[in-house]
Formats: sequence, C-alpha cells, structure tokens
Amino acid sequence: MRISLFMVGLLASLLLHSQTLLAQQPIADGVDMADRLRADGKIWVVVAVIAAVFAGIVIYLVRLDMRLGKLEKESHTTLNRGHDVLRQN
Amino acid sequence: MKKNWWKVLAVVIMTYVILQGLLGVVPRQPILNESIRNVYFHVPLWFGMVILLLTSAIYSIKYLRSGRPDDDRVAVEFANTSILFGLLGCATGSLWANYTWGEPWPNDPKLNSVAVGMLMYLAYLILRGSFDDEQRRARISAVYNIFAFAVFIPLIFIVPRLNASLHPGNGGNPAFGKYDMDNNLRLVFYPAIIGFTLLGVWITELRVRMRRLQAMLDE
Repeated sequence: MRISLFMVGLLASLLLHSQTLLAQQPIADGVDMADRLRADGKIWVVVAVIAAVFAGIVIYLVRLDMRLGKLEKESHTTLNRGHDVLRQN
Repeated sequence: MKKNWWKVLAVVIMTYVILQGLLGVVPRQPILNESIRNVYFHVPLWFGMVILLLTSAIYSIKYLRSGRPDDDRVAVEFANTSILFGLLGCATGSLWANYTWGEPWPNDPKLNSVAVGMLMYLAYLILRGSFDDEQRRARISAVYNIFAFAVFIPLIFIVPRLNASLHPGNGGNPAFGKYDMDNNLRLVFYPAIIGFTLLGVWITELRVRMRRLQAMLDE
C-alpha cells in the first residue's frame, strides 16, 4: 500500500501533537511533575523568556561577527594600500 | 554567507533544544522530577567543553609541529571557551545538585576531579600570562596544554568510575543505560551536544579573529 507524501506529513504532525498531549496528561504513578504548570499554560511564559534570552545572545554574536568582518575588510584594504605604497617607493 | 552555514545550524539546533527540551516528554523520576530536563542543558556543556579542549590540544600539537603563531592563538581561544563552558557547567551543576542531591557541592569524585581540572586550566592561563617572550610563551604553554588535557580526561572519565559517585555512569551503573536515558531524552540530548559545541566554536572563531586583527595591528 502506498501512502502519499501528504498523508505521511499529516500523520507525522499528528504524532508530534500527540507528544505534547501526552505531556499534559498526568499519569498517576506518584511522581510529581509540572502538570499543573502545563495545565495553567504558564510554562509558555518560561519558554518565551528563555527563547528571548537565547535570541538576544544570538543577535549579539551575529552583530559582533559582522563588526569583526567589517574590521577585517578595512584592515585588509589598508594593509594592501600599504604594500602598494611600498612597491611604488 | 556560504562559510557561515554552521552558525545557522547552531542557532537552529539550539532553538530546537530549548523548545523541545522544555516542552517535550520526559521520564517521570522521583527526586529528579522536571529537573531531569537539565540533562539537555547541563550535560552537553561538559561534552562540548571536552570536544573544545580536544581541539585546543590538537592545535597545541599543530603549533609545536609548525611553529606558526596562529595555531597557538587558536589553541588558547579554544581553551578560553572551554573554561567558560566549564565554569557554566559547575554553576549549573551546583544549582541542580542543590535541589536533587541536597547540597550545592557534595563530596563526589566527579565534582572534585572537575575542580582539579578547572584549576589546571586556570593555571594554563596564568602560565601564559607569565611570559614576555611570545615564542617561549607559545611553546611552553602548548606543552602544558597537551599534558593538561592528558590528565583532565582520566580525571573526569576514569577516576569517578573507580569510586562510588552520585553521577550516573559512575560507581558501577552504566552511563546512558536504560535507567538514565530513554529515547525521548536522546532525541534532544544528542542534538544539544552538537548545538552547544557549535556555539562554542562560533564564540572561539570570533575571539580568534579579534586576536588576528590585534596581531595585524601590532605589526
């Protein structure tokens, strides 16, 4: 039996959804997990905060990377100009 | 941009690790509870640190073979990032231990070994600072770096296994056995190692480029 790519994608996405659903279902085996936190939906606040912190760090790194790249380009051109001057003399 | 694909990969992997690490399904374990998610953030720091330290040692060997100052620069910056990861690993481990093992720094062979290892690498930085002659500094600290790595690995991977340790994988119970890790954890844990390592390489790359610029300006 062949299953179309669309169906596979649909099934895969259902599988992903079932995972979060399972995480929200308290399983009574006596171990405390953050079921209430999940039920109240507040875990997303924490996820958002951490994601924001990480995004900030990444933006910082990218800007630093770009600034260094610019400096590298500038120093290369000045160095090359220096070599040209040396050659001319 | 073609050379920077791995930085994008690092960001993508780390975003996945943060989202799935906080929201995914984890085993329900007594005492650990939700703190088991620290496996995604505390342990990969150490794995990344060991990979970065290995790279640093390799560049030290390369320096001794070639004598190029650039290899020494790369080696010291990989060591710097490793030390940053190590300090973060100690801090996150202390936090985790405080709530699961009862105290921030229990008398555990792995923790004590790591403390010795961290001091060894801090001594590496002090050793570097104590030379004026650049060639002597590079050569002697390269030799020290190789020895430090050769001592660090047995200290954190072998010594704790010979004693009873609180860490999984030590004192007889196999690491990553079915009691510590299930496949849901692995799905986030292994990418987390790659993500943290790539992030470390990125920070190192930035610092190496800064040092190269400085060296060029000094000439």
